[in-house]
Formats: sequence, C-alpha cells, structure tokens
Amino acid sequence: MAALLQHPCYEEERLRRVADKLPCREVQAGTLLSVMGGPEQHSFPSIFIYGHRASGKSHVIHMLLRELELPHATVSCVECVSVALLFEQVLLSLFGCDAASLLPRSPSLSDFVRIYRQQCSHSPAVQTRYIVMEKAELLRDMDANLLPALLRLQELVQDNVTVILLSEIVWDKFRPNTGCFEPLQLHFPDYSKGELQQILAQDSHPSYSAELYSSYINILLGVFYSVCRDLRELRHLAALNFSKFCEPLEEGKVKESDTHKLWRNIEPHLKKAMQTVYLREVSSVQWEQLQQMEEKDTGAVRGLSAHAHVELPYYSKFLLIAAYLASYNPARTDKRFFVKHHGKVRKTNFLKKHEKTSNHLLGPKPFPLDRLLAIFYSVVDSRVAPTASIFSQISSLVTLQLLAQVGHDDQIDAPKYKCAVSLDFIRAISRTVNFDIVKYLYDFL
Amino acid sequence: MSKRKVKEAHLPIGECISEVQRVLRERFCHQQLPERLEGVDSQYKHLLELLRRTAVHGESNSVLIVGPRGAGKTTLLNCALRELLEEKEVKRNLLQVYLNGLLQTDDKIALKEITRQLSLENVVGDKVFGSFAENLAFLLEALKKGDRSSSRPVLFVLDEFDLFAHHRNQTLLYNLLDVSQSAQTPVAVVGLTCRLDVLELLEKRVKSRFSHRQIHLLSGMTFPQYLQRVQTQLRLPDGFPDARFSHEWNGSVQTLCEDKSVEEVLQRHFNSSKDFRSLHMLLMLSVSRVSTANPAIRPADLLEASRMCSADPKANILHGLSILELCLIIAMKHLNDIYDGEPFNLQMVHNEFKKFLQRKSHSIYNFEQPVIMKAFEHLQQLELIRPVDASAAKTQREYQLMRLMLDQSQIMEALQKYPQCPTDVKQWAMSAFG
Ligand SMILES: Nc1ncnc2c1ncn2[C@@H]1O[C@H](COP(=O)(O)OP(=O)(O)OP(=O)(O)O)[C@@H](O)[C@H]1O
Ligand SMILES: Nc1ncnc2c1ncn2[C@@H]1O[C@H](COP(=O)(O)OP(=O)(O)OP(=O)(O)O)[C@@H](O)[C@H]1O
Ligand SMILES: [Mg+2]
Ligand SMILES: [Mg+2]
Repeated sequence: MAALLQHPCYEEERLRRVADKLPCREVQAGTLLSVMGGPEQHSFPSIFIYGHRASGKSHVIHMLLRELELPHATVSCVECVSVALLFEQVLLSLFGCDAASLLPRSPSLSDFVRIYRQQCSHSPAVQTRYIVMEKAELLRDMDANLLPALLRLQELVQDNVTVILLSEIVWDKFRPNTGCFEPLQLHFPDYSKGELQQILAQDSHPSYSAELYSSYINILLGVFYSVCRDLRELRHLAALNFSKFCEPLEEGKVKESDTHKLWRNIEPHLKKAMQTVYLREVSSVQWEQLQQMEEKDTGAVRGLSAHAHVELPYYSKFLLIAAYLASYNPARTDKRFFVKHHGKVRKTNFLKKHEKTSNHLLGPKPFPLDRLLAIFYSVVDSRVAPTASIFSQISSLVTLQLLAQVGHDDQIDAPKYKCAVSLDFIRAISRTVNFDIVKYLYDFL
Repeated sequence: MSKRKVKEAHLPIGECISEVQRVLRERFCHQQLPERLEGVDSQYKHLLELLRRTAVHGESNSVLIVGPRGAGKTTLLNCALRELLEEKEVKRNLLQVYLNGLLQTDDKIALKEITRQLSLENVVGDKVFGSFAENLAFLLEALKKGDRSSSRPVLFVLDEFDLFAHHRNQTLLYNLLDVSQSAQTPVAVVGLTCRLDVLELLEKRVKSRFSHRQIHLLSGMTFPQYLQRVQTQLRLPDGFPDARFSHEWNGSVQTLCEDKSVEEVLQRHFNSSKDFRSLHMLLMLSVSRVSTANPAIRPADLLEASRMCSADPKANILHGLSILELCLIIAMKHLNDIYDGEPFNLQMVHNEFKKFLQRKSHSIYNFEQPVIMKAFEHLQQLELIRPVDASAAKTQREYQLMRLMLDQSQIMEALQKYPQCPTDVKQWAMSAFG
C-alpha cells in the first residue's frame, strides 16, 4: 500500500516511513502529496480539507509537513480569540519572532499583509510555505474579510505560500455572498468499521496478546459503532474499559481464548459506559472511581444520571411540579384536574379530538404566576399560606434554570414562566414527594 | 520514435517531468502572467489606451473592469501595465498605488497605505489633517515637489472595488474620483469588481464623478473555443529545455482533447463555468498526477480530477454519519413531508423515530434520550440542521425549533450510498409517511 505515497522529489525510504504512520489514509495522503508537488514547486493557493471529526485531517497534514520538513505554520482557530494572535502565530512560525514583533497593537489585515510582504522580500520562499488553519469554520465568525483574504493570500503577498483549511463543515457553508477565491476541496472520508478496527487494534497492551486486544476492540465497536464513529472518542473508551475486560483473565477465571465469556462480562459494562462516559456526565477519573466502588458494593450495574442528584426544598418540588403541569396542560383543563367537585364534564367533550399533537412534542407553554399558584395550592395537600418564601423559591428555581422567565422585561407586573425540565426529571422529583404526576397530565390521559 | 537527429539537449525523463510540473504549476497556481492574453483583445486595447493617456499624455481618467470571479480582471490589468511599462519614460514616471477592498477596510487604513506606497511617510511626518480631502491633496501636492516641476501621473488600482463602497460616506471613492476629474495631477483610477450592479452601490455625488467607463469581461465563448483554450493552457512554451519532449507533450495534449470521454467531462465543466480559474483547478489536478511512470496526461487522469472537482460535499458528509444520526435525519425528512417543511424540534424527531422502532419486534436501536440528544447536537454542529432562531437560548434544547438543510434527493442519494444500510431503515425512508 505504501506505493501510493510516491514522489520523485522525496526519498522512497522517507515516504515509506510516513506511510507507515498513516494507516488507512494512504489514498488521501497520496492525493495531498501530489497536489503539493515537490518542495520548491508551487502548490494551489488554498486547499480546503473536510471530513468528519477525527478522520485524520490534522494527523495526515502534520505528519507530511513534519516528516518532509516543509516550512509551515499551524494555527488553531479555537485558540486564536483575536486576529492579532492569528497573525502573530503565522509570522512567528514562518519568519521568527522579530517579524511577529513588528505587528502594531490591534493589527489590521493590511498590517499583516504589509509585514508579510516585507519579510518575504528579505527571505523569499525557497520551498512552498504552508499555513494550516485548524477548525477553519471559526474563521467565519472573525473579521468578514479574513477568510477571503486568506484564500488568496498567495496573490496578496506574492509569495510561494499555500493556505490549508481544515474543517468538518462543507465548503458551501463558507462561501461569502459575493464569492471568493475558490479553494481546492479534498475530502477525507470516514473510517469504515474495518478501518477503525485496524487503527484501534494497533494500540495493543504490552502484557496481552495482540489477538486479545483486537477481539476486545471488536466487542467495543459492536456496542458503540451504531452511535459513534469518532476515532478519538472510541480510543478513549477503549483505553478506559480495557482493565475491566481483563479482570476475569487476571483472576484466572477465564482463558484468553474464551471470547464468549469475556464478551458476556464486558458488554453490560460498555452499555453503561455509553450513558455516562460517552455523554460526559462523569469524567474518566470519576468513572474509574465508580468502577472501584462498584466492586465493593457487589457490583450492581446501575446507570447513573447526574440529574438525579438535584436536592430541592419540599415546597420547591411542588412548585416545580405545578409549573410543569401549567406548561404542558392546556389552561382550560385545569378545572377538570384541580377542582375537586367540577361537576359532570363529559369525557368526549373534554378531549377534543383535533388536538392530536401532544404538548410534549411542542414543548412547554408560558403561564402566568397566578395560574402556577392556583395549581400549586391544589396539588400541595396541606394548607400553605402565600408567603414571601414561596416567591423567593420561585426566583431560586429561575436561578437554577429549572424555570425560565419569558416575555419582555418591561412587563414587570405580569411575569410569565415556562418549566424547563424534562419529563424524566419531573417524574423523579414527583416520586420523592409521592405524587403521581402522570395522572395529571393531559397528554397521558 | 523517429531516428531524426536532434541537436537540442536531451534531459532525462525525470527532469523533464519536474520541469513540466514547475512550468504548469506556475501557470495554474501562481497567477503568472500569460505571454499572450486569450480572447480579450478589444478589452485589452481599450484599457491600454486609457492607461497610456494618463501615463504618457497626463490626462486623468477612471474606469471599472467588471467580470465574474476568475475571469481575468487582475490579469488583464497587469498585462496592460506590463506593456505600458516597457516604455522607459513611463517606467520612470508612473507612480502606482494598489489598494484592495479586502485589506484596506476603512479610509484611515487606506490613506496610510497610500502614503506608504507613494513613499511619503517622511514628508507627512506627524502632520494632522482636517479632512480626508485635505490629506489627499497634500499627498498629491507633495509628489510635485522635488526635482521636477511637472506632476507625475499616479495610477490608483482598487481591487474588490465594491467593498470600498461600504466605507463611511464613501469618502475615499469620492475624493479619488473627484481628483480624477479636477486636479492638475494626472490620476487614473482603475476599479476591479465582480459585481455587475456596482454602480448602484455608489452614492449620487460619487457616481456623478465617475467617468462611467466600464470594461466587461463576460465571456460568450463557444465549446470548440473552450476546447482550444484547454489545449493552449496545457501547452508547453517554446523555450522548454527539451524540445523533443515538449513536442511529444503538446501532441499528447491534442490527442487528449480528442478523446470522447474527455470531451464529455469538459462539456460538463464548460456548462457550469467558463472562467479561467475553475479550469485551472481541473487542469492542475490532472497535471499533478503526471509522473515519470506516466509522462503525459491520460484521459483517466482528467476524469479523476473532474470527479474530485465535482464531488458533492454534503453527500460525502452524510456518508460518515452514524446509523443513529442517519435515522434522525430520516425522521426529520418525514416530519418535513407531513408538516410541509415547518420547523421541528428534537422531541418531535424522537417521537417519529420511536414510531418506527415500535413497528419492529426486536429493537437494536434502543437509545436513551441523552444519547439521541448528543447525536442531534452533532448534526447541528455539522450544520445539517439549523436553529430557526439562533437567539432562542432560553428554550430547552429539546424544544428548540430547527430546520433541515438537506433536500429529499440528497437524503435518498445518501441512503443509497450508505455502507451496509439496514433494509428496514431504507424502507422506512422510502415509505410515504413515517
Ligand atoms: N490513520 C490513523 N492512524 C492512526 N491514528 C490516527 C489516524 N487517523 C487519526 N488518528 C488519530 O486520531 C486522532 C484524531 O485525528 P485528527 O486530529 O487527525 O482528526 P481531525 O480529522 O483533525 O479531527 P478534527 O476535525 O476534530 O480536527 C489523533 O489523535 C490522531 O493521531
Ligand atoms: N485572457 C487570459 N488568457 C490567459 N490566461 C488568463 C487570462 N485571463 C486570466 N487568465 C488566468 O486566469 C487566472 C485568473 O485570473 P485573475 O486572477 O486575473 O482573475 P480575476 O478576474 O482577477 O479574479 P477575482 O475576481 O477573483 O480577482 C490567472 O491565473 C490568469 O493567469
Ligand atoms: Mg483537526
Ligand atoms: Mg483579481
């Protein structure tokens, strides 16, 4: 496969070394190298490389630039909060710190181009200079002229320079209204399941056989592949859960060859990891601690959710429940739910058939304070006086972002609210106060 | 091969190839001025004449060069200047100032740049001026001083001319055009723009000072002419070090253009764009595949290059979605069908997805809501879906209204290409209603 990476201007040996570090990206690296050409030859003024996260865009580019010792500057647009930092980094990497120090305070594009031209007239490019922009989609949020100027930087500075933009977003979303210099687009396709297997299996653990690790990766992909194809994320998950996978081996309960037993042991564990580690509800350190704790508590497998841990005062819980009911029930049904003797309302009348779309699809509706209080008093069994503490509890629910205040600030006398929690959350809260909320929800009648 | 004796030097094939790469890359990637301009003779003569009148006869003037991106506006101007500057007198006299709307984003920056390019920084020093006009007048006056009494002509080039119209009060444009009408200093203002409606952007007082001379680069080229252009663009120049190689190369280019499949590809490109730059991209990709083992462009190279140029990026991105993300897209497509393209929220999408799952006995796609939420957010990050109201930060994420940025055919095509797409998912996508 290494044959794909060939160029008369570079030694074969060297290219082979590079190719070895780029498994499953030989085609892309080959195309890129042929577009770049020899080190002294001109390359296209701007190249736009796109593909999903962790599809090896940065990896391939940097491996090529570094191993082939080409002059380059790398800028991460996440880190460059201002264009000044961006300019500085480019000048610094290409021309050294003296050049970067020529930039005035809050430099304009005009300053940057002027200094660049000045510098490159002193030291004209012998080899093509490369400027790599990571997360290039963020350039769109900076100065409106920045992106179009970078795309034709070669023309503006009259130097042998190529700007390479990396992004996971397609080029169509970048193009300004009046057009610009169109970059050459290169696509990095996603890794297939087999390729992910091949790349991940390379990380094998020194004290276990490569086959074992490979079968572990196979199991891992079986669980996660339908949800996540991000190599970086998968690699993280693989590293985190491998010790658990090896546990039965360590204890001598299972032989390496008994993959079925190993699979039975690890699968539920990985599924749980999907809900916690993958969603970043816990950090990896917490996850490891949890694993250890579990071993002590006879390891009942319990998925945990960070939300379950909010502690609220008793009445606040009812306020939140009332807010939820007010948000998701039509106001006209309040009578039916909350007035003890509401007389005979015929059910057919009550359930209007054309209201087919459930309120749980459309989201919470705003409600006024008096409606909230009315529902609140009817759901709390014991009598509560309308005290100031109720109002302060409402405002702390807003602070906790469990309630959202809506409407304009000038309508101070009639504030409206929306409940901002999910059904699962409110059910959990209701359980703690023995309130069966589902019975009171119009959608579930 | 002919046994004819050739006197010229013979280079090893490797060196020939690397020379080909060098020459053609300069042509395609480096805005190198062509030896001869193609297809713009009348525009060229017109512009050259205008510039000459300023540079030689000391008349002031203004002109706009208008044409689509990559059509050759900059090249036209530079070629005309190249010829003009061959005259020693002009070369000694003519001052040039280049401004670019992308770089000089306001008039203060522009003025500083003008001062610098006229090498008047020392003359200006710390002087403070009341207005832009005063400052410009001072600069032009300063040019007269020195050893000569007569004024030197100044050429102002404004690239991306339309962007200068966004400067406050259009001060720079007003003053430059004003000078080009009245002052004693001979001034030529040349604007380059890709906007056909550029005059509409100008304020009345600015517009009235413009000469209304426009040079258009709209190409009414025919396909045979386009084919001819492809050949000239690929042809090696006469000075190529190895004449025999050059001869063979040029021959092979001709054969290439006669190939049926190549002609088809070029016809497609011709239909979508006629400018030089997009052609250069295609040719550049073809040339980059040339090597010692493959010392001429084969039809396959051009086909591959064309495939790269015209790939559908959205389809490429859809290809890499996880099956869960793909299912969410299908659910959105159904919602779009049912509600006539009204925006939707995650809750509705999830519900649609659940309806699909309920119809199946075994459920391999049993995901928790947060996992689905993460997938949804990924789609948003990829800008495949977009919030209707970006400022609606207060709404819960699952109720934020979204729109799908894909159309029916893109989704269906992606589904066809999706690796190992489960049949039930495919059928679900195909079914008329969720
Ligand atoms: N073919 C590969 N072989 C080995 N490791 C790889 C390969 N591709 C990617 N990686 C590794 O995966 C990680 C992510 O890759 P990389 O940073 O190149 O992705 P990216 O496409 O730039 O993603 P992003 O869009 O997030 O910037 C890196 O740590 C990289 O080393
Ligand atoms: N008449 C011509 N004959 C041959 N080559 C040309 C001609 N005009 C332009 N080119 C080539 O086409 C390329 C693009 O031209 P140029 O940069 O002048 O376009 P432009 O109109 O200035 O584009 P933009 O609007 O983006 O500034 C250049 O590489 C140039 O060498
Ligand atoms: Mg990256
Ligand atoms: Mg131009």
